Amino acid sequence: MSDNLVEVKNLTKVFPIKQGLFSGHFGKPKQFVHAVNNVSFHIKQGEVFSLVGESGCGKSTTARTIIRLHDPDGGSIHFGGVDITHLGEKEMYPFRRRMQMIFQNPYSSLNPRYTIRNIISEPILFHKLAANKKEADEKALEILNNIGLRPEQADRYPHQFSGGQRQRISIARALALNPEFIIADEPVSALDVSIQAQILNLLLDIKDEYNLSYLFIAHNLAVVKHISDRVGIMYLGHIVEVGNKNTIFKHPLHPYTNALFASIPVLGQKMKDPAITGDTPSTPIDLPSGCCFRKRCAFAQKICAEVVPELKEYEPGHQAACHFVEKGGC
Amino acid sequence: MADYLLEVNDLKTYFYTFKGVVKAVDGVNFKMRRGGILGVVGESGCGKSITGFSILKMIDPPGKFVSGQILFNGEDILQKSEEDMSKIRGNKISMIFQDPMTSLNPLYTIGQQIMETLAIHGNMTEKQRRDKAVELLKVVGIPSPESRLNDYPHQFSGGMRQRVIIAISLATSPELIIADEPTTALDVTVQSQIIHQLEQLVRKNNSSLILITHDVALVSQIAENIIVMYCGKVVESGTMEDIIYRPTHPYTKGLLNSIPRMDDSKDRLEPIKGMVPSPFDLPVGCKFAPRCECCSSKCLQTEPEAVEIAPGHRVCCHLFDEKGDC
Repeated sequence: MSDNLVEVKNLTKVFPIKQGLFSGHFGKPKQFVHAVNNVSFHIKQGEVFSLVGESGCGKSTTARTIIRLHDPDGGSIHFGGVDITHLGEKEMYPFRRRMQMIFQNPYSSLNPRYTIRNIISEPILFHKLAANKKEADEKALEILNNIGLRPEQADRYPHQFSGGQRQRISIARALALNPEFIIADEPVSALDVSIQAQILNLLLDIKDEYNLSYLFIAHNLAVVKHISDRVGIMYLGHIVEVGNKNTIFKHPLHPYTNALFASIPVLGQKMKDPAITGDTPSTPIDLPSGCCFRKRCAFAQKICAEVVPELKEYEPGHQAACHFVEKGGC
Repeated sequence: MADYLLEVNDLKTYFYTFKGVVKAVDGVNFKMRRGGILGVVGESGCGKSITGFSILKMIDPPGKFVSGQILFNGEDILQKSEEDMSKIRGNKISMIFQDPMTSLNPLYTIGQQIMETLAIHGNMTEKQRRDKAVELLKVVGIPSPESRLNDYPHQFSGGMRQRVIIAISLATSPELIIADEPTTALDVTVQSQIIHQLEQLVRKNNSSLILITHDVALVSQIAENIIVMYCGKVVESGTMEDIIYRPTHPYTKGLLNSIPRMDDSKDRLEPIKGMVPSPFDLPVGCKFAPRCECCSSKCLQTEPEAVEIAPGHRVCCHLFDEKGDC
């Protein structure tokens, strides 16, 4: 068996748009939001794979589909060598234990009526990782200690904590089940920079300690560069480029990746002319024909409107989906 | 004629709540030259937005100005009546807010909203106002402005709405524009377009800009001067080069060290330890002392005064009372 912990092939997710009172139950929806289109990637054991892109590019939907919070409309998801694409709710339980999620907003992802102790021990009891309540309790306290909170804080409620501490609690809740794989959906975007650095360091520490693999989702490229091993760039529900962190940041191939990198403000450097025109595309109801990026691409030609570019490998492990990369790029 | 467009002296804006007094802005000083771009940086809750609102005198109870002066063109804003202020707001000083989704009125077309500003501050005819609105939309880069004038805000994307707001703020050719986190809600590719445009427009119109943001990198790209705020105080101020290349206050250093950068690859970030104190329970001495690596007993007891360590580069830290380093 390969050493890929997660393997996603041609994953597709569309959401029907319900219009009017009856169309939801009786009629067939006429329009669809194409959130994720033919996305394929794999995550190796012990690796941090990041998905990057602007808002609405489908990175969160991809993550939620992998963990089966959404049912995929096409393609397959393998976890630890097992096809989990069509498993039923009950059959998913053991996999839900092995894959955990950390959400973006630490203010809404913790139950305000539960104490921290309950928040962390509830999943332990549910998955029967502890024989009784006392044992679950001890486990919860041990994890709290590991992520930098004091045991006497265990009986407080979420509102008594700051954003950074709440994100620590979310991490503790995910760790409580000894998962192998954690999906972190924008875990630091809601935090201040000084706190953001603490959480990023914590995520890297527990990765080694608990032997984890991450799917990391972010729009902040500097954060992604800091934490990832491999990076996938998404645009309109497609992966347009994927590669090792070092190759992709040193030598980006796709025009969108280039534009994205050029748009990031660099400390102490004068403002450059914008590398890209046009707005972030709105909800993808009608996908453009051919290349998804062609409407904002400065190099778009006739072929881009006609043929969908495939992901091709240009360096070992470095793939891009653009018609013009091989011809010296743009 | 005053030397400076804006001079803020010892500004204190406090909020008297049931839980206690929040010293949101506590003794802020800065000066701003005509035609300059000033960046105000700090984490959430450091008082940077309240400083911005104070300049427009937009503080509602329980907020109160406790002391200080805000000299705009040599005249103290805090002494002005509401009536005088409404002639300044949106005319001489205009503001761009963070959230482009909520700062436009959803029930009016964007044409009406731009023309409203022109109607209040000026005496143009209906026709002139319409022409001016079209011109403004063209300037901020909205395609086919004549027809879009009749569109409602929900028909625009986030980036486009922020452009409309910039158009409104430029309508009266203000001397000062205060932009409070103007691009935080936008994606990076759109952010770079908007900031670039804002900078060009400000330079072309010879206005001045105060850019309030938490993004140090963004500020360093366009600002000539930067002030760094922490817990309602200015901890360090100076030129962009002073702050980015020669940071001296431990907080500024910590802030710069905790940002992951695109241009180097450190294995670990060096975060500032601890967290921002609650505004109801601020430390007695230096506000940063409990998180500071170089904290001494003096720091815990007395608040440091600002010291000028180089021309224009001021630091608020006991380390520099006498020559010293951390």
